[in-house]
Amino acid sequence: MNAISRDTAIDWRHVGTIDDIPAQGARCVRNGAMTIAVFRTADDRIFALEDKCPHRNGPLSQGIVHDGCVTCPLHNWVISLETGAAQGADEGRTASFPIRLDGRDIYLNLTA
Amino acid sequence: MTKQKLVIIGNGMAPGRMLEHLFDLAPDAFDVTIFNAEPRVNYDRIMLSPVLSGEKSFDDIVIHDDAWYAARNIALHKGHKVVAVDRDARTVTSAGGITAAYDKLVVATGSNPFIIPVPGHTLPGVLAYRDLDDVEGMTRAAAAGGRAVVIGGGLLGLEAAAGLKAQGMDVTVLHLMPTLMERQLDPAAGYLLQKELESRGIEVICGANTKAIHGQDKVEQVELEDGTLIDASLVVMAVGIRPNTQLARDAGLEVQRGIVTDTAMRTSDPDIFSVGECVEVDGRVYGLVAPLYQMAKVAATHLSGASDTAFAHAETPTKLKVTGVNLYSVGEFGDGPGFEDIVLRDANRGTYKRIILKNNKVIGTVLYGDVADGTWYNEFLKSGEDVSALRDTLIFGQARQGTGTADPLAAIANLSDDAEICGCNGICKGTIVNAIRDKGLSTLAEVRAHTKASASCGTCTGLVEGVMALTLGDQFAKKAEGMCGCTDLGHGDVRRLIVAKGLKSIPAVMQELEWKTSGGCAKCRPALNYYLLSDWPGEYRDDQQSRFINERVHANIQKDGTYSVVPRMWGGMTSSDELRAIADVVDKFNIPDVKVTGGQRIDLLGVRKEDLPAVWEDLNKAGMVSGHAYAKGLRTVKTCVGSTWCRFGTQDSTGLGIKLEKFLWGSWTPAKVKLAVTGCPRNCAEATCKDIGVICVDSGYQIVYGGAAGLHIQGTTELGTVKTEEEVIEIAGAMTQMYREQGFYLERIYKWAERVGYDTVKAAILDDLDSRRAYYERFVHSQKFSQSDPWSERVSGVDKHEFKPLAVFGDAPATIVTEPAE
Repeated sequence: MNAISRDTAIDWRHVGTIDDIPAQGARCVRNGAMTIAVFRTADDRIFALEDKCPHRNGPLSQGIVHDGCVTCPLHNWVISLETGAAQGADEGRTASFPIRLDGRDIYLNLTA
Repeated sequence: MTKQKLVIIGNGMAPGRMLEHLFDLAPDAFDVTIFNAEPRVNYDRIMLSPVLSGEKSFDDIVIHDDAWYAARNIALHKGHKVVAVDRDARTVTSAGGITAAYDKLVVATGSNPFIIPVPGHTLPGVLAYRDLDDVEGMTRAAAAGGRAVVIGGGLLGLEAAAGLKAQGMDVTVLHLMPTLMERQLDPAAGYLLQKELESRGIEVICGANTKAIHGQDKVEQVELEDGTLIDASLVVMAVGIRPNTQLARDAGLEVQRGIVTDTAMRTSDPDIFSVGECVEVDGRVYGLVAPLYQMAKVAATHLSGASDTAFAHAETPTKLKVTGVNLYSVGEFGDGPGFEDIVLRDANRGTYKRIILKNNKVIGTVLYGDVADGTWYNEFLKSGEDVSALRDTLIFGQARQGTGTADPLAAIANLSDDAEICGCNGICKGTIVNAIRDKGLSTLAEVRAHTKASASCGTCTGLVEGVMALTLGDQFAKKAEGMCGCTDLGHGDVRRLIVAKGLKSIPAVMQELEWKTSGGCAKCRPALNYYLLSDWPGEYRDDQQSRFINERVHANIQKDGTYSVVPRMWGGMTSSDELRAIADVVDKFNIPDVKVTGGQRIDLLGVRKEDLPAVWEDLNKAGMVSGHAYAKGLRTVKTCVGSTWCRFGTQDSTGLGIKLEKFLWGSWTPAKVKLAVTGCPRNCAEATCKDIGVICVDSGYQIVYGGAAGLHIQGTTELGTVKTEEEVIEIAGAMTQMYREQGFYLERIYKWAERVGYDTVKAAILDDLDSRRAYYERFVHSQKFSQSDPWSERVSGVDKHEFKPLAVFGDAPATIVTEPAE
């Protein structure tokens, strides 16, 4: 029951603290060739998405964060921070990553 | 046929409206002469409160401008008070000595404010609240600060109090009666109103009897009967009005409380009519605009020929014009035999609704907080319909009547054609619908112009828009859209309310203006950030997270996520040192492309975000600063070489361009601003398609503006020609400031000028030197807070987080924390 199975273990990586990210802003985490955007909302929730808009690969980390979404800086697609799905009439989805807040520390799971 | 001579004494709203009707009915019947004791044109007196609070300007409330009188050949003697009427000779004579003969005379002398004759009432600093002079006096007093004491807690007094508070004064309202507005509100609603005003920092003392006003050379204190002393630098008396009947009395007309007329508005002399607050008809005198407008219409029809229209008394609903306070009352609300009440209160929402019935008919209503159904109840009051069938649900309003829908449009759709929409002007729904259909009206402004609906106090604007939406369908819905999905308010309303309510942060705007989302969106946040920055220079702190990325990192994002960097080249001039520094930066940071822009400078394309601060540092060292190529602000001032080199050049266009760029750079504007200065009319610098252009000529500088050369192409409009560079600079600063204060976010100068009118811009910036100077000075003030190079700020560490990744994995592994999944 309490045996740890390798398959279900998750690598939580410390990437910084919530204070490193401005409220309604984002910072990037580089993981090899991939960039992951870590968002902080006005009410201090944390989300992680691949830093690529499903439309034309715009860097979502550079967008405006509002009400649980981010608006892509290139062509104003609105992407849900929780699911990575494009909102409204647009269709597409950006990969999202498990992330959690422990006190003020942020842990990101890169294995998903 | 020779025209008859019509003379009008007084130029308030009632005679103004009478003339409109008269010119509609009989445009060629009269030569008109008006004597106005006030030195100005006809304006909307009931809108003085928004002028006092700063929500509107005097120009906004002018009903008839000088051109209106000129077009109708009306002789308007401004500042001429009539002192005598000679009924035998049929002439009137003014204090200035002008005598005019009449065939028909209209006396519209209005009313005088009642001043309580307590000791000290003649001290400087004691004002009434009646005309623009009073408002200007109050505005001046407010600028000096201190406490204002408003005597009188009725409609006018409370509007004055709210306006003075908005102007930054401490305000105390003294009211003789136990509750506010006791003539229009019952004690319950009066209490809610008092609570609301107190929550806005206005002190209210009811049951307060003023004993004396003290002061040496001007007002210093107000003393109450109970001995209380209140410091005051301004006292406003708003305790009532009295019909101004002296002139009529002297002329021997029948006068009681007011000038007595029959229901055709004729006085005891059949050739003399009277309209307005000076009139007593059927034993009543009036102070609200709706009955006065009815008098105007009746008088006009009788003047234009035989008519059987007659003035008839009707209950007029009352509304208070204080932004954010909603109250409505009409008819009876006291206690009386057979009166029955239906009352609904919601303490949390601060709403109160009361309907007064007698014999199953509505005889009055008092609404506070939720006033949407006021018009509906007033319909029952006017029709005298038996409401027993509706009685159980009446208080819940029209939207709750059987249909089960709360759609506000449905409520308007259910109104009958003769339901009154605009109380001030007595305009019913059918009139508006017909005007929209017959005249093809599609905007609120057009509907106001043609029907007058919502053109006076404006509180029925929502209803009028509702009628328009129903009549026009989708065609109107598009025009009525708010600035984004987060609000129904348009940009103009939001800008106005930010200033009027003194809102100084994005959360404050969203709270006070009832944003529908918790944190706005990518459309409204940048707009609000700009409005606040523009309206509160030096006070508002720029919200970086509400800016588009380009303005946040002071570079232009490209399709691959890299950035482009454009250093400023003042007036398009550069040097070998600057070019060498740029070349070194390109080599050092492996910048893939270098391009010469249309704005006469150099663009470095493909810079990685992490490299931006280092690139800027090197450019800064060579003396270059940000070119704001990314900003809703001044981009470039394009120039030609002018008289320095060119054989056709008439002035130093390059030098002037550099001066303009050094003066204007750094300011945030609603959209980008591009200038050009060209040395002669050959226009090599292409000044005639810029937001603001200067064309040098031998005699000086021709200034043009409102050009566009993007998706939309349009040549500039001429503003005028001036003689010196200093004037050019002052005008450019003033125009930029006017645009900054009035423009909607993302609205270029040409669109703004089209919206407000090129003539308006010209009048404010070129013709009126005081206005130009005031705009210029506000611009100079705001520039104190905006002219610092954003690049050097970031080189020295501002917004460091923007340019560095939070963490890097791959080559440099971080600590791994492992824990079991559930």
